[in-house]
Amino acid sequence: MSPILEMREITKEFPGVKALDRVTLSVAEGEIHAVVGENGAGKSTLMKVLSGVYPHGSYEGEIVFDGAPRTFRSIRDSEDLGIIIIHQELALIPLLSVAENIFLGNERARGGIIDWRETHERAGELLARVGLKENPETIVEQLGLGKQQLVEIAKALSKNVRLLILDEPTSSLNESDSEKLLDLLVDFREKSITSILISHKLNEVSKVADTITVLRDGAAVARMACADGVDEDDIIRNMVGRSLQDRYPPRGPGEPGEIAMEVRNWTACHPLHPGRRVVDDVSFHVRKGEVLGIAGLMGAGRTELAMSLFGRSYGRDISGEVEINGRPADVSTVQRAIRSGIAYATEDRKTYGVILDDTIRRNVPLANLPAVARNGIVERHREAEVGEHYRDRLAIKSSSVEQAVVDLSGGNQQKVVLSKWLFADPDILILDEPTRGIDVGAKFEIYTVIRDLAAQGKAIIVISSELPELLGISDRIYVMSEGRFVGEMPAAEASQEKIMARIVKSGAEAGAAA
Amino acid sequence: MSDTTTPIAVADRPETSRSGGGKSGWHFLKGHLREYGILIALVAIMAFFQVATDGILLKPVNLTNLILQNSYIVIMAVGMLLVIVCGHIDLSVGSVLGFIGALAAVMIVQWGMPWPVASLLCLAAGALIGMAQGFWVAYFRIPSFIVTLAGMLVFKGLTLWLLAGQSVGPFPPHFRLIASGFVPDIFSGEHLNLFSLVVGIAVAGLLLWLAMRTRAQQKGIGAEVEPFAFFAARNLLIFAALVYMSWLMAGFRGLPNVFVVMALLIAIYAFLTNRTTFGRRIYAIGGNEKAASLSGINSKRLTFLTFANMGMLAALAGLVFAARLNTATPKAGVAFELDVIAAVFIGGASMSGGVGTVVGAVVGAFIMGVMNNGMSILGIGIDWQQVIKGLVLLAAVIFDVLNKQKG
Repeated sequence: MSPILEMREITKEFPGVKALDRVTLSVAEGEIHAVVGENGAGKSTLMKVLSGVYPHGSYEGEIVFDGAPRTFRSIRDSEDLGIIIIHQELALIPLLSVAENIFLGNERARGGIIDWRETHERAGELLARVGLKENPETIVEQLGLGKQQLVEIAKALSKNVRLLILDEPTSSLNESDSEKLLDLLVDFREKSITSILISHKLNEVSKVADTITVLRDGAAVARMACADGVDEDDIIRNMVGRSLQDRYPPRGPGEPGEIAMEVRNWTACHPLHPGRRVVDDVSFHVRKGEVLGIAGLMGAGRTELAMSLFGRSYGRDISGEVEINGRPADVSTVQRAIRSGIAYATEDRKTYGVILDDTIRRNVPLANLPAVARNGIVERHREAEVGEHYRDRLAIKSSSVEQAVVDLSGGNQQKVVLSKWLFADPDILILDEPTRGIDVGAKFEIYTVIRDLAAQGKAIIVISSELPELLGISDRIYVMSEGRFVGEMPAAEASQEKIMARIVKSGAEAGAAA
Repeated sequence: MSDTTTPIAVADRPETSRSGGGKSGWHFLKGHLREYGILIALVAIMAFFQVATDGILLKPVNLTNLILQNSYIVIMAVGMLLVIVCGHIDLSVGSVLGFIGALAAVMIVQWGMPWPVASLLCLAAGALIGMAQGFWVAYFRIPSFIVTLAGMLVFKGLTLWLLAGQSVGPFPPHFRLIASGFVPDIFSGEHLNLFSLVVGIAVAGLLLWLAMRTRAQQKGIGAEVEPFAFFAARNLLIFAALVYMSWLMAGFRGLPNVFVVMALLIAIYAFLTNRTTFGRRIYAIGGNEKAASLSGINSKRLTFLTFANMGMLAALAGLVFAARLNTATPKAGVAFELDVIAAVFIGGASMSGGVGTVVGAVVGAFIMGVMNNGMSILGIGIDWQQVIKGLVLLAAVIFDVLNKQKG
């Protein structure tokens, strides 16, 4: 097949940094082409060059699309030719309807007056093509993330897409939604729509991609054809430039100690729909030195459980008891929860985790400011020492602790969030999707930190939608479904099949009971 | 961690830069254009009016006047800075200023209450007003724009009611000293208020010492510091300006009392925002309230306190203003909130919160003040003064935004 897109010798420099160094990317018509690489490898920069975010002239090299050299000056230029990029953070307007979102900026209108009938009809057709059974008049906010992603794709289809670029499309989706999305891409391939898939999830990449380009430190280091099967370890070796013997650090020799936290009959209701139990009569415990995994699909109530425990940051009509180190604990406000020894590192770090415009130095001590202050006066040298300490310990890639967090990559932002909570020195650390959207190398570093903490006798609770990850790092796993805990198993006896079976079975039981 | 240090960081540190001062200095200036820009703008505007008014601007009597005229704006700008950094706004300060002036007049002039008692009651009333508004903003999440817009109308109305539409005055002489008194000369210099001069030099020296200490500390922890030439130029400029100003004012009647109050407030609040956990938390709330709350910061209480503080400072400004006019009028404070808010934004604060400095807000207030004063001396009408001030505000914020986008 002839290439639909060729990017030749692309070099893009920022002051002091060469983000892309003579990168060549050749995508054949009608294939699924995966671009993989660690954070900061240059994937996003390459896509921004392609889509015209960085206009022609701000980079060196040549873009040939559809047989002709192209000089895009803006996103508009690339979209006009059918190059559509769907970003990791969805660009939908939450309070507009599905149909309005699909045709945003491209309204079905005559003389500036919108033809609603055509809008809804066309939107319905597009939704059918992406397999989303929703009314086009539904407000986008009411849809789950997986469905929102499909709306984004429907929007792309409405623009007569020829090359669809998906940036980390499944990073916030659960297994079944991810599956659907990947099937859709395969479906598109049959209709000869070309896709570029940027992903950290190697199992997905090796499943659907026809060709893989691996970027490392701004250079294209490998191009692999997948026709005759591709080895995931091979990809990892190329990404990190070394081989990861094991994707998960080994467990320590010690056995978990006594019970650090015991939660009994914990119930929390939806903040807007009183009476709807999002967390329903959950009881569990975690031991010192133990890594406890909580598995479940999106919307199972895992984040809600964690946040309601952490100072009632979620929900209303919360009831239940918490015991920490054998004594009843007051977790009714965030301050009290922290004082009781709980920390919660959020799944949504940009919204809930960091002060983006502030520096690493100012972010790290935020949950424990008195520790770097005397009489309410912040001692800057201590603050800087703390910042340096964690920058070093967690290997936060940055020019200095004075760098703003907004300029860090996702993995390094996550490390800043972790640093903040490590500095607060909790006994029980709840990590909600700690490796979402970050690359293999950084994931391993975070797993190592989790293991170290457990070895120090901390109790760690990990919430994750990636089952292999949960199986790899947990000592024991609870399965949560529809607000309830429906299973508990030691990690040694757990498998993806067993966990999914638990979830499916509980759904069937609930269905039968109703 | 030397392996992760990018070349940018090296270029930013003059000590390690191979190309010497020139290039790294330029690099630094580009990164900190805003902070220098506003100081340079103030100097340029003062220089311009000094020439345009044939030297009237910096005549001791005018300089003293300039400070008296702007004191209440500066006092409120300090409080507004906190409110805006916290991610809110307070539109009611002008009306609160007027209301407190009226309250003081009623208590002192009509009821014959001793002025120190009345003043304290007024400050407490201001804090209460701030709390009443902050309560709704902090605990019920009513947008501050709405709450304080309501407050603006309410207190404008209450001022009219209190004064029954009349001006009330005059105040007793001691009360007027707040605004029109001068620091007495304990050294009894002959043609010069020696004490004022000494105080001015001492303060300037203290600031210089503090700046040097901070720089040494920053260097000690390996933080980015400005190139020495910049540091020296900036601090010598501030030092010289302070000494020169106190010399000028010493030659007239000495330092105004209000100047001392103002300087104290600036020092206290600059320290508060820069160095304390309280200040750090306010910036965190403005930067990302959700993240701050989930870090265990009591954002509701701090927001509430920020408004209480604003109310108290507005009350202080109200006392100063009433004392200066020697009468409370129903029109006092009308549209002051706009000058105060403009000063804070000219000073580099961000509409979305989390960004801004006390010193920036004060410099912003003086930019507005010097322009008011200079244009009045030049005989430019109030009409065109407004137009020019509006354009300066717009230009400052445009500069801010463009500067940020480039970076």
